[in-house]
Amino acid sequence: MAEAEDLKELERRHRRWESTALRESLDAVPERREEFVTTSSRPVARLYTPLDLARTPDAERLGNPGEFPFTRGIHPTMYRGRLWTMRMFAGYGSAEDTSRRFKYLIEHGETGLSVAFDMPTLYGYDTDESEAKGEFGTCGVAVSSLEDMKALFAGIDVGSISTSMTINGPAAAVWAMYLAMAEAKGVPWTKLRGTIQNDILKEYQAQKEWLFPPEPSMRLVVDTFEFGSKHVPQWNTISISGYHIREAGATAGQELAFTLANGLEYVRWGVDRGMRVDEFASRLSFFFNAHNDLFEEIAKYRAARRIWAREMRDTFGAKNPRSWLLRFHAQTAGVSLTAQQPEVNIVRTTIQALAAVLGGTQSLHTNAYDEAYQVPNEKAARIALRTQQILAHESGVANTVDPLGGSYYLEWLTDRLEEESYAYFDRIQELGGVIPAIRKGFFQQEIANSAYRYQREVEDRERIIVGVNDFVVDEEPEVEPLRVTEASLRAQVERLRRIRKDRDRRKWERALDRLRNACEGDENTMPHILDAVRASATLGEISGVMREVFGAWEEPLLY
Amino acid sequence: MAKKIRVLIAKPGLDGHDRGAKVIARALRDAGMEVIYTGLRQTPEDIVEAAIQEDVDAIGLSCLSGAHMTLFPEVVKLLKRRKSGDIVVAGGGIIPEDDVPKLKKAGIKEVFGPGTPLAHIVDFFRKAAKGG
Repeated sequence: MAEAEDLKELERRHRRWESTALRESLDAVPERREEFVTTSSRPVARLYTPLDLARTPDAERLGNPGEFPFTRGIHPTMYRGRLWTMRMFAGYGSAEDTSRRFKYLIEHGETGLSVAFDMPTLYGYDTDESEAKGEFGTCGVAVSSLEDMKALFAGIDVGSISTSMTINGPAAAVWAMYLAMAEAKGVPWTKLRGTIQNDILKEYQAQKEWLFPPEPSMRLVVDTFEFGSKHVPQWNTISISGYHIREAGATAGQELAFTLANGLEYVRWGVDRGMRVDEFASRLSFFFNAHNDLFEEIAKYRAARRIWAREMRDTFGAKNPRSWLLRFHAQTAGVSLTAQQPEVNIVRTTIQALAAVLGGTQSLHTNAYDEAYQVPNEKAARIALRTQQILAHESGVANTVDPLGGSYYLEWLTDRLEEESYAYFDRIQELGGVIPAIRKGFFQQEIANSAYRYQREVEDRERIIVGVNDFVVDEEPEVEPLRVTEASLRAQVERLRRIRKDRDRRKWERALDRLRNACEGDENTMPHILDAVRASATLGEISGVMREVFGAWEEPLLY
Repeated sequence: MAKKIRVLIAKPGLDGHDRGAKVIARALRDAGMEVIYTGLRQTPEDIVEAAIQEDVDAIGLSCLSGAHMTLFPEVVKLLKRRKSGDIVVAGGGIIPEDDVPKLKKAGIKEVFGPGTPLAHIVDFFRKAAKGG
């Protein structure tokens, strides 16, 4: 922050510049458009100077890296100490198919695993249930049982590599399968590192993969917080996700605001359960999108850290500095990938990944160029991983902490995004909180409105998408297809049949009965889910018991 | 006044990606059509039932999960069985090029991939409703 005298002088010089050099330039070469906007349609000024920045001291707004409010990063040395985790989201077909892909990615230098599950698994159905028809393994791996989980991680040392699982509605059951798999391998739970997404609130808002109504779903989430803090201390029991909110059409500001509002809601539920905030807050993690607009994205991550630190310390009274840290994973924007000239997606992904790194991400997934068509083929996935390796080892951006900190534009954007978040927090509060706002369709309508506005801008060519509404070529793209084989499906169905036939029926029945009792009562469900998994209950059976107790959810219809 | 074109926008299967379906629904509505949006997780039976109940001219199916080869043709088959084969069915989503001719052969009138201009889709439904 400049001194008042300096600012006055600066303002005088700025006015002079506007009336001389700038005026001449505009007379000679008018600007390309009347208004410039970000990807989120936020107007952007011609130039930013210290005059645009908040009057609060830098020490309060920025601080040092690794110090409150962590705007510049959560570690003092950031990537000079340790690079971000290169974690490629992968999954298709059977557990064996996906396990092969994991090993391929590890062999090529990825440093963390990330499981994509297929649609039936995401909804808690087994591969052989009628709801799963046509959906086996198409956009992720099918995991219907502990046996599948064992096959998925066969030959992988889960005691040393961390695993992220994108699973929400049935997260508790899938996590129980992972824990039981580790148990069977003899790896103690205290050694396990990883994340379950387990963010049910954004499912109602954006991703739409829910199983039950909000309240029982939230109870299951808090059950995992409680269980994890006692038994799996290095596990992130939630990844509070803006990614899907953004993919569904939200702006950067909405992504930030809704994600943090959800995060604060989880903290409230944890505290209401009777946990101290410091008991579980350090295991909350976040997941953001990395979209096209480089500066807006970087600002979003920086604002997120600042808001979270302040809310955790000042609103919830967390004492442990680890509870103040917003740690996040980032993924480049799937929605930005084009089916036209797909190889150009490599360039988009590079810029998006750069934003995530300049914004201080803890781990990163880079999309493959063929993902507007399919789950990536091997070569496309490798190029995506190489993109991260180039950023890490060739670009030089990892050499210093928060290299863009102090940029007038970036700091201005960071402040604006922060303000926008607080304005949304107030609106959500007025609607009665996050869950009532979901019931009213508030988030859903806000997201749909932004999605439609964006599409209209593309349609009217106010927004140029290279290869789609400009710079178009008339050629068929060549994408090597990746298909799930019939053989994988048959093997999976056969394994389920064998499990159901061979298991100890009495043990299985007793476990499911106890689980039902636990769901009907108010004790923690996790130990009972684990017992059901150990007794070879399938995902569909466990979810089925819960569906009977918890009921279904119908979303408000709007568009 | 001419009868408004009636279109059912439907999400078959488990796929939760509803951004595209909602944008299309809104574009058709803005173009003066009557749009009925089914919401998520509809079976082909649900969709055909809704189409007949709502007396629509056309159905737009959206699927991004890869289950289109199972679900889209099923809708056409059920429509024919219910003697409503005159309802035009189109589809959109993440659909590999190789699947497009197969879907057309199965009675899907048109398949819209990512990046298709909204105006193009609006035109399609306008013509479809006129029996074109």
